[in-house]
Amino acid sequence: MFGLNAKDARLYIIVLALLLFAPFLLNPFPEGSGLAQFNAGYPDMMQRLVIFGLFAVGFNILFGLTGYLSFGHAAFLGVGSYAGVWMFKLLTMNVIPALIISTLVAGLFSLLIGYISLRRSGIYFSILTLAFAQMCYSLAYSVLTPITGGETGLQLSLDDPRILGVQQTAQGNIPVPNLFGLPMNAATTLDVGAWSFTFSVGYYFAAFVFACAFYFTIRLFRSPFGLMLRAVKSNQSRMSYTGLNARPYTLAAFVISGMFAGLAGGLLVSMDPLAGAERMLWTASGEVVLMTILGGVGTLIGPILGAGVITYLEAIVSTINSTVLHNWFEALPDGLENFLVNIIYPFVGSGWHLTLGLVFVIVVCFLPGGIVEGGKRIGGLFTRKNKSSDSVKADSAAQPGPGE
Amino acid sequence: MGILEVKNINKRFGGLQALGDVNLDVQEGSCHAIIGPNGAGKSTLLNVLVGKLIPDTGTVMFENKPVLGRKPHEINQMGISRVFQTPEIFGDLTVMENMVIPILARRDGSFALHAISQLRNEKSLNEEAEQMLAEVNMLEKRNMQASSLSRGDKRRLEMAMCLVQQPRLLLLDEPTAGMARADTNNTIDLLKEIKEKRNITMAIIEHDMHVVFSLADRITVLAQGTPLVEDTPENIKGHPKVREAYLGEAQV
Repeated sequence: MFGLNAKDARLYIIVLALLLFAPFLLNPFPEGSGLAQFNAGYPDMMQRLVIFGLFAVGFNILFGLTGYLSFGHAAFLGVGSYAGVWMFKLLTMNVIPALIISTLVAGLFSLLIGYISLRRSGIYFSILTLAFAQMCYSLAYSVLTPITGGETGLQLSLDDPRILGVQQTAQGNIPVPNLFGLPMNAATTLDVGAWSFTFSVGYYFAAFVFACAFYFTIRLFRSPFGLMLRAVKSNQSRMSYTGLNARPYTLAAFVISGMFAGLAGGLLVSMDPLAGAERMLWTASGEVVLMTILGGVGTLIGPILGAGVITYLEAIVSTINSTVLHNWFEALPDGLENFLVNIIYPFVGSGWHLTLGLVFVIVVCFLPGGIVEGGKRIGGLFTRKNKSSDSVKADSAAQPGPGE
Repeated sequence: MGILEVKNINKRFGGLQALGDVNLDVQEGSCHAIIGPNGAGKSTLLNVLVGKLIPDTGTVMFENKPVLGRKPHEINQMGISRVFQTPEIFGDLTVMENMVIPILARRDGSFALHAISQLRNEKSLNEEAEQMLAEVNMLEKRNMQASSLSRGDKRRLEMAMCLVQQPRLLLLDEPTAGMARADTNNTIDLLKEIKEKRNITMAIIEHDMHVVFSLADRITVLAQGTPLVEDTPENIKGHPKVREAYLGEAQV
């Protein structure tokens, strides 16, 4: 189905279903209950999940397949964001031209940075990309203020030209990003009993873009090009003695993953038309590395899972403060309540990085293949009996690729 | 005129003359063995031929086209494949994927951006890979990860990867090193078959004289980086200079 093999098609359908029903799935707790703050089914959150998923999926094309660890991918996300906002300022508030330009500009940047960085491999490559990203950040923050807005970030204003759109709405406001007139922030809410589900245009648009990009990624993984990228990771010396030039393969992978990052940046500003330099900071680059490793490097679904976990932790765990904790343990005796609150407090709220760090350490130590490997191990417990028949079944042998 | 002509190759590593005025003329369709004691410069010579090392002076012509100055992948695309002393394969990939890569390299050249077409739809390509695997008796191992193969299987896989490229010159660096006698004989049979059926020119470095005398049409003896003699196996066996430099140590 879809020109994919049965296993990939099944995975893709599952991902599509998750995207489609995310507003329900991420809102399992009734409104007003104590657990409602664990709900992630609000548009802003779902958009971030999908956009960072896209970012990580693209990053995985480079890191997962070729093994080249870029530590500067946030630069492309930032460049994409700036390019998107400039499209909103100059051309129109329609998101389509903004996304196209974001992707192209990020592609150009990655071509330039990749061309230079890929002259080295291993740690030197990582350091070079990191240096370039920090350069982009510093430039955006200082010298390039006229283009990037510097500290305040790049914002829309009422006197932007917007030659194909309107400068301001009838009410004198800045227009919102839209898809041929359909505003990104439009949403309908469905109330079912105590639950309330929000369906927003922005989320479904981002999910559609993600679905297309993910489809492309699956095809790429199973293509001759994808095989060559894995060959780069496996043995570059054999590759060159087999008549293959590894450099253009790695550069193509770098540019494709840079364009994914630019597309993610364009989507970010389509949801909220504001771009700041901190998006290019090295911590942002590090985050996408964490997402990919946490989920499972080189697998199709891993980066999505990793991005989901990290984005969720960041948004939800960081909002838990001491008042919330005290509310949870209200029923307990005062001494025990305070004790528990004091134990948990460092791990939540502004200390959510501690939780993230612990999760990361545990995964890397005990599940080097990330969440995907964990899932496989659990799955293996149930399907061990069928295993022998499975290995016989794997027929057309050229394609069994990495991960599911 | 040979298919491969090596003229006046010199290579120094610091104070060590690794290759001194090496001349070599490999005839098309022949099997040319290069023998010599350890440190004679045999592997250095192969490294020069595949573009891994650049010599200080000299020329290398393959089918009347210059080889020196080209990158390893360009030299391979000219029709020269190499089997290494320690098998160089794609350990993370399956045996079948290992076979598909050289076929793609032969078909699409050193770079092609086929990111949308799907490997499993490439019927002729998969069939060719399977056919080659069958020839080296590895078809049943096609879904195994290459790094989990035995040493002998890794060698056979590497050989199959080189052959499926349909090279016009095959360089073999001690293809039977560390093999048991039975495996060595299998390799000899395989190489003989390759030579007769596919008419591939071979240049082989080998320590095992049994292998050398079973396969070679001509032998060059290297000692301390310089060619001592070049002759037919029959003449080499009795050559006094060769006995002195090399065969004195081994039994023939």
